[in-house]
Amino acid sequence: MRDISLHILDIAQNSINANASLIEISVIETDYDIEVVIRDNGKGMTEEELAKAIDPFYTTRKTRKVGLGLSLLKHNVELTSGKFAIESQLNKGTIVKATFNRTSIDCLPLGDLLETFITLIILHPDIDFIFTHKTSIKDYHLDTRELKAILNEIKINEIPVINWIREDYNG
Amino acid sequence: MKKTIADLEKIRMEALKNIELRNSKEDVRIVVGMGTCGISAGAREVLNALVDEISRRELKNIKVVPTGCVGMCRLEPMFDVYKDGEKVTYVDMTPEKARQVVVEHLVNNRIIEDYTIGKRAEE
Repeated sequence: MRDISLHILDIAQNSINANASLIEISVIETDYDIEVVIRDNGKGMTEEELAKAIDPFYTTRKTRKVGLGLSLLKHNVELTSGKFAIESQLNKGTIVKATFNRTSIDCLPLGDLLETFITLIILHPDIDFIFTHKTSIKDYHLDTRELKAILNEIKINEIPVINWIREDYNG
Repeated sequence: MKKTIADLEKIRMEALKNIELRNSKEDVRIVVGMGTCGISAGAREVLNALVDEISRRELKNIKVVPTGCVGMCRLEPMFDVYKDGEKVTYVDMTPEKARQVVVEHLVNNRIIEDYTIGKRAEE
């Protein structure tokens, strides 16, 4: 993975596969670290599954035998001496927390977070997302449920709405 | 520019005017590989280019959906176009190539053979 925003898109896919209806993605940047939290209300994992989740040679998929996303993320976090944690409760959901130490030479760039948010909305208009991106100069928050309440019968992935989100983020 | 709720309501009213013009029929389905391999190879940019080009040309009844790894990670980013009962698999995509596929395959009805899996597998 070239950057952190792509990792986020990849990990969020796990939440979607776990049938989550609400996914919260928060990115908080300080001078020293980039903290990424992905929380979902999906089907969660048993302790046994959780223990295996970060094993690169484990996947719940029946059709193929590798699931690399989480282990790649953990590896990239640990390269920076950062912290990686995953918690899960069966039928409640899963939280992945990755804190990159950005003072490390091995820290990946954040990448284009907005494109990751938009890709998730385009592909999964029926899932609700809460996006947060905080830096020293930015405090962005978007709850798609609020947008949907205004849009009513209009889909959130209509292009004018996507453009609205783009401009709102960059504003 | 920071957008307001009023802007969003305007978008809704505009979209409502157009909604009757569309029918719910799906003529084309594009399935984009969005597994770990696809994403790390650039699938996000390819997907967003597809969606952007489709909307720019105001093409209707086209559905873009994700899929996981199909086991050909080396050929990612890739997507399948299902049109007129036929499936065409485009591989080694870039945002620019994806836009070309929208123009040639979806608008001009001409498959870009050079980008298809059959052609690439010969190399």
